[in-house]
Amino acid sequence: MAVTVDARGLSCPQPVILARKAIDVGKFPIEVLVDSVTSRENVRRIAEKAGLEVDVQPTDDGFKLILTRA
Amino acid sequence: MRDRITRFFSSRWGIIVTGAIIGIIAPLLQLLGNPKNMGICVACFERDIVGSLGLHRNAATQYLRPEIMGMVLGATIAALIFREFRARSGSAPLVRFILGMVAMIGALVFLGCPWRALLRLAGGDLNAILGIAGLVVGVGIGVAFLKSGYSLGRSNRTSPAAGWVMPVLMVVLLLLAVFRVSFVKDGALFFSASGPGSMAAPLLISLAAGLIIGFLAQRSRFCTMGALRDVILMKDTHLLSGVGALLVVAFVMNLLLGQFKLGFAAQPVAHSNHLWNFLGMVLAGLAFALAGGCPGRQLFLAGEGDGDAGVFVLGMLAGAAVSHNFGLAATPDSVTEGVLKVGGISTWGMVAVFVGLAVCVVIGLTMRERTAK
Repeated sequence: MAVTVDARGLSCPQPVILARKAIDVGKFPIEVLVDSVTSRENVRRIAEKAGLEVDVQPTDDGFKLILTRA
Repeated sequence: MRDRITRFFSSRWGIIVTGAIIGIIAPLLQLLGNPKNMGICVACFERDIVGSLGLHRNAATQYLRPEIMGMVLGATIAALIFREFRARSGSAPLVRFILGMVAMIGALVFLGCPWRALLRLAGGDLNAILGIAGLVVGVGIGVAFLKSGYSLGRSNRTSPAAGWVMPVLMVVLLLLAVFRVSFVKDGALFFSASGPGSMAAPLLISLAAGLIIGFLAQRSRFCTMGALRDVILMKDTHLLSGVGALLVVAFVMNLLLGQFKLGFAAQPVAHSNHLWNFLGMVLAGLAFALAGGCPGRQLFLAGEGDGDAGVFVLGMLAGAAVSHNFGLAATPDSVTEGVLKVGGISTWGMVAVFVGLAVCVVIGLTMRERTAK
């Protein structure tokens, strides 16, 4: 069961803070929902920095990033 | 192709290129007529626009600065081309308005936004060090609030028309700047005959500079406040590398163009009152951090349809009117007949900074996201 982080509608840096919190908890996979390209790129950057694999899927109202351990 | 450009601008080189180009453009704008160490200053230029509209009556700071319109519209163009234009709003707009106001009051106590703080330093104005130190402290306080759960809440998608309000407003201002309409005798529009408001690069060049900066900054998410915040919050130096590039390139440009003058006293449109340079920027930095972006970033967000950022910009305009009408803005150092008179701020300016800080602390402590049931 994936952990879901709903960061839609939140502005910088909150999507990143929420994603980081989930990464620190360490339960994978993590699904992060965002609604802007900015948030998508920011979350992608910190996840890749943390050595995670990132899969991005478009959704109706933005993007879903699936973070898994490489 | 579009995807590759997007990946480039979200890379470290993308942000460095953006910062470097701003670092080239700003000193050139100064060379072409903008005030000294003020090639670009979002706070000062918004203040000049407010003056031109007659919402404050400081005769030395009245001009419809096309850079501001260009920055918003450049971001709009970039957002449209890359399909990122999204009308959204509803994240505590009134709180953002107040944050914009107090941010402007703080910035005008220092005499510049974070961009100008960098440009002042790049021009040899050492007072900027106090301002930047204040910015770091202000953003640091903001980060502490963020860590403790501060949030202005979520925005929602809204009708496209709502996203177009700021871009259209900028087109109107641009038309006013081009045609210089006189609405009433001795009334608005006002254009300074002397002082910094009278110093300006040619309109088309200013506009083009704004458009280029707006376009690049929308793509790369350039933000001076975010640069400090990300380092303090998570040791992420991505945005900081853009800010660093701006500072270094502007410094080299100023040396090449003979615009570098090292020192504290009598720097152009600046005062050497260290305490208030510092405290003014503590206030501005804290307000920017709570609002999620420096004044430049708020313009770019407003350009891509973010109504909440638009409200922050309007708050800054109101803050400029308050600053000058109530004498809260700082007076620059001046030299009369060889005698240096150190500028600074009035007692009311000091009071305003402390009231502003108190307002920010209350906002920081009380705004929390309600968890949806």
